[in-house]
Parts: sequence; structure tokens; C-alpha cells
Amino acid sequence: MLVQILFYAFATVLMGSALGVILSRNPVHSALYLVLAFFTSAALWLLIEAEFLAIVLVLVYVGAVMVLFLFVVMMLDINVEEVRKGFTRHAWLGWLTVLALVAEIVGVVAVKQLGIDVTKAAVPVAADHSNTAELGKVLYTTYVYPFELAAVVLLVAIVAAIVLTMRKRQGLKLQDVGAQVATRREDRVRLVKMQAERRE
Amino acid sequence: MTETSFAQFLPALPEIYLVGAICALLMFDVFFGLKKPTRTASVALLLLLGGAVATLISADFGHRQVLFSGMYIADDLATLLKLASFLFVAIALFYSGEFLGRRKLQQGEYYVLVFTALLGVLVLTSAGSLLMVYIGVELLSLSLYALVAFDRENGVAAEAAMKYFVLGAIASGIMLYGMSLLYGLSGTLSLAGLATAFSGPNSLGLILGLAFLVVAVAFKFGAVPFHMWVPDVYQGAPTSVSLLVASVPKIASFAVAYRLLAEGLGEVSGTWTQMLSVLAVLSLLFGNLIAIAQTNLRRMLAYSAISNVGFILLGFVTGTGDGYEAALYFTLVYVMVVLGTFGAILLASREGFEADEIADYKGLSSRDPSLAFMVAVLMFSTAGIPPFVGFWAKLRIIESLVNVGHLWLSIIAVVMSVIGAFYYLRIVWVMYFDPPGDLPRGQPRLALRFVLGLNAAAALGLGLFPDVLLNVCQTVLHRG
Repeated sequence: MLVQILFYAFATVLMGSALGVILSRNPVHSALYLVLAFFTSAALWLLIEAEFLAIVLVLVYVGAVMVLFLFVVMMLDINVEEVRKGFTRHAWLGWLTVLALVAEIVGVVAVKQLGIDVTKAAVPVAADHSNTAELGKVLYTTYVYPFELAAVVLLVAIVAAIVLTMRKRQGLKLQDVGAQVATRREDRVRLVKMQAERRE
Repeated sequence: MTETSFAQFLPALPEIYLVGAICALLMFDVFFGLKKPTRTASVALLLLLGGAVATLISADFGHRQVLFSGMYIADDLATLLKLASFLFVAIALFYSGEFLGRRKLQQGEYYVLVFTALLGVLVLTSAGSLLMVYIGVELLSLSLYALVAFDRENGVAAEAAMKYFVLGAIASGIMLYGMSLLYGLSGTLSLAGLATAFSGPNSLGLILGLAFLVVAVAFKFGAVPFHMWVPDVYQGAPTSVSLLVASVPKIASFAVAYRLLAEGLGEVSGTWTQMLSVLAVLSLLFGNLIAIAQTNLRRMLAYSAISNVGFILLGFVTGTGDGYEAALYFTLVYVMVVLGTFGAILLASREGFEADEIADYKGLSSRDPSLAFMVAVLMFSTAGIPPFVGFWAKLRIIESLVNVGHLWLSIIAVVMSVIGAFYYLRIVWVMYFDPPGDLPRGQPRLALRFVLGLNAAAALGLGLFPDVLLNVCQTVLHRG
């Protein structure tokens, strides 16, 4: 009963924040609504005992992706009017997508109603059962080979990103830390001996 | 939980070694390579030779071992392809050393990206699961995208890289979708599992999933109609990168096609051989016909690659061990010859003279007789003129086609290779019978010339004794 109440509470907040993402006029508000949506969906995942996914969602999406997203939104000067220009003209495309999505949702629900066991329900596990430990075990035994190689894929991404973007531009203003540290008083301040001037 | 020991992972030594080598090379470049990039180049070559040794140490000839819960297959085919990949990449790096130095591209990261691409190839040669196929393809393609864009000042290269990247990403998506369909139908990612799951009658879902997979494989091969990226990449990328894209990834594509289609879905070969035969005929047709119209040598080689891919696919169309063997033979021979051809472009090029237009080869026989002779040998071999090795490769493919009764396909293959011979021989004509004009004379570069000579000699030698490599191919595919 409590779980159901919690589910509906979180689901309501999720729907509300999802609407907020698309309805708010300020892009920063949209991004913040999206953060809220991620938090509430993480809570929903906790309810179905997928605690690892819930934590990862908060850490990766809220902690890393959305912060980056907010940076971009705040740094770019987005002309909202320009973005909204084609809205009504392309609305039919949106409606088409909505129709397809609704049809798919109905399809999924209808299949459940037909009684065909497409997906078997998970076997309930004890309260002290740790999803994270299980994932870790599988990841470092059965899937150790693809796991390590996925790490190499990330290494490729890092190397490629650096090599393709880092460049020594002419006339770039850079700090030379060594020169800053090695500087002496004589380089910065010049003491000049001069006669005291008499006030007129 | 069973006891684990390092000896258990010995068959995977080539990959483990290469990952170590990648990290070592990154560190070496930071500490010793920044001032003198040629050092990193030499170390990279040594590491590659070490990789070939590691492959030989870990090889267990005549046995098939399965590691990492079925995700890694170590057999003779994997050993042969890994040895060939290490060797071919080493030759490619050797050919491109001077070019990279001249174009100021000789940074440590170049070699690191080449190594990661090679790692992708190695992973694909021993892929035992759809997951590994995907990760291998991503490793290989991501490294190649970055390499194509490596020369940042060059707008054409950036355009080529962008096209390659966008189309490649779409192909990866298509591949994943096909894999997800197959997984949904069979409930397993392992190729051995797929083989048992799909031994019954064909379902519509299987054909759908298979179609997506075949499209993705065709894209990686560069077969018509999924070839759009090939000419732009061959022409736009730095020559050393074109050399790389043209050579070793073909081995990987063969490995993917073999592991995925022949081993994993061999039971349902009736469905995919039809798809492949359409791709093969289109590739032969468009590749050869469009190549005739090219004035840029690298673009011509791109279309030639497309037509040669058609031949490799024809080997798979047979759906028999005989055909796979012919395809393996053709792939190895083709990669070897194409390495030499691009090596010749690199040898002919110099500061301010890229030597990638066909007109740049006018009268090469009087300007640089030995280079002209080597190019002629390589062109004769690609054209498939006896006694060069390319002839035997084409012959084996056509033979295996006729054996299973694909008469029409073999006729198309023969007609198309006759048409193809025209534009290969045109290069020879230009080199020997056109006046040189005021084009520059050849440069000595003896080491490069020597290795290129060996490469051309191999094209002739393997042609005179075709059974040597053919027997190897036969043995690794267990038909002894």
C-alpha cells in the first residue's frame, strides 16, 4: 500500500516535471525540471529494487550530464524566438510522433492483456540482496573481456578528442606559471629616487 | 567460482599485449617522444613485431579454444588473421614514416590510434559473441574516424572524416538494431548460441534481423549501395591513413562476415547468401564502371576496392567452406597488394607533390624505372593477370562459384574483371608510354624502396607458387 502511494506520488511529480521541461519558456528552467524528472525516475527505480540503476542515474545524469548541459545552456545565448519559429509549421511531424508513441504504448499494454508471457516476472529476492554486488560479480567475471575493451573505447575517445581539438594557436594568451614563480621583485617594482616635490 | 590463473588467459595474449603496448606507447611518447617523434615511430614498429611474436607464442595450432565465457574464440583462423594484421600494420607504418614527418603528422597519438584500430581488428578476428562484434567494430571505426581527421588544417580531410563518421554511426545503429532483433528471437548473444537457436525453419524476424546485420557488414566492407564513404575517405584522408583504411580493416570485415554469417548463422545461409549476391553484383558493376572515369589515383583505388569487395562477397555467396577459403585467400592477397600500391604513392610523393593524380605518373618509367616496374607488377596483380597472385585469387573465387552452380554470377565476375583490367593497365600505359614532361625525378629512399620491392616480389612469388598461401588458408579453415 505504502509502495503504491509512493509510486503514484513520484509518478505525479515525474509527469509534472516532464511537462515543465517542454512548457517552461526559460531554457535554464527546462534543464532544472529535467533534473527533477531524473531524480523522481531514480526514486521509481528504487521502488522496483533496481538501486544500482537509480544511483547511476543520479550520479551520471544529474551529476555529470545535466551540469554540463546547464553550463552549455547558460553559456550560449539562445534566441528563443528563433527556435520557436517553425513550431506550428512542423507541428504535424510532432503529432505523427505522438501517434506512433501512443500506438506503441497501447501495443505493449495490449500484449500484456492477451496473456502471452513475453517477459517473465523477476523472482523476488531477499531484502539484503545487493544488486550492485551482483552486477560487479558478473562484470568482473563473465563480462570482464568486453568490460575492459569498453574501457579502451573510452581511451580512444579521450585520445581522439584531445588530438583533434588541442592546438597551439598563434597569439594565444596563456599563463606561464614557471615565469610567474621565478619572477623577482626587481622585475615588477622599480624604485625611483627623486626629490620630494614642494607643494605649490 | 573456479581457480583462475594467468595461463588460462594465454590464448588472449595478443589482445592483452596490445592493450599494454597502447598504454606503454602513450607514456613513452609523453616522456621521450615529444622532442623526437621519430623515436615513437621506431618503438611503435618494434611493438608491432613483438605483437606478432606474442601471437605466435599464444597460438595453439590445430585447436580451437573458447575463453571468457564464449566471448573469445582462439583458433587457427584467428591466429593467421592476427599475424597478418600485425605484419600489415607494421608495413603500413613503415611506408608512411617519411610522409608523416613531412606533413608534420608524426605525433605519438597517431600511432596510438593506429594501435587501437588494430586492437579492434584483433577483437573482431576472435569475436565469439555479438557484443564483441559490436565493441570491435566501434574500436576500429572510432580510431579510423579520428585518423582520417588527423590532419586538422586540411578541409577535405575534415569533410571526409565527417561523412565517414555520420554514415558509420548510422551503420553502427543499424547493426545494433539487427543484433537486438536476433537477441530477442534467440535470447542469446553468443554466436555459438545463435547457431543452435536458428537451426530450424526461417522466421520472418530472423530475416529482418539478418538484413540489418548484412547491411552493417556491407557498410564496413564498403559494398554498393553502402559505399558512399569509400571514395571520399580514400581521396580526402592523408595518404598514410588511406593506406590504413584500405588495408587492415578489410581483414576485420572478412573476420566479421565469417564469424557472424558463416559460423553463427551458417545453418540459415540460404537467407543471407541471396542478400550478399545482390550486394556483390552491384559492387562489381558500379565499382569497375565508375573507376574507369576517375582521374585521381586514390579515388580510382577506392572504386577498385569496392569492386574487389564484390569478389570477397562472392566467396561468401557460395555458402560453402570452399568459398570461405577462397574469400580468405582473396582478402589476404588483396590487402597485401593494396598496401604495395599505396606504398608506391607514398614513395612517389614529396614536398608539394602528392602524386595522387593519374597524370602524376606520366613517364614514370624514365624518371624512376624501379618504382615504375613495381607499380606495374602490383597493377598486373590487381588486374588479375597470370602469373601474378591476383589472378589465382580471382580464379579460386570463380572456381568455388562454379562448383556450387552459380554460373551467372561467375560470368558477371569474369566480365567485370576484364573491364577492371582496363583501368589498371591504363596506369601501366601512362607510366611507360606517356612523355614525362617536367615532372620531378624519383628520390632514392632506399629502405622504403627495398620493402616495397619485397612487397611487389611477394605479389609475383606467391603468384608463381600459389599453393603456399592457399594451403595455409585451407589448413586454418580445417579442410586440410
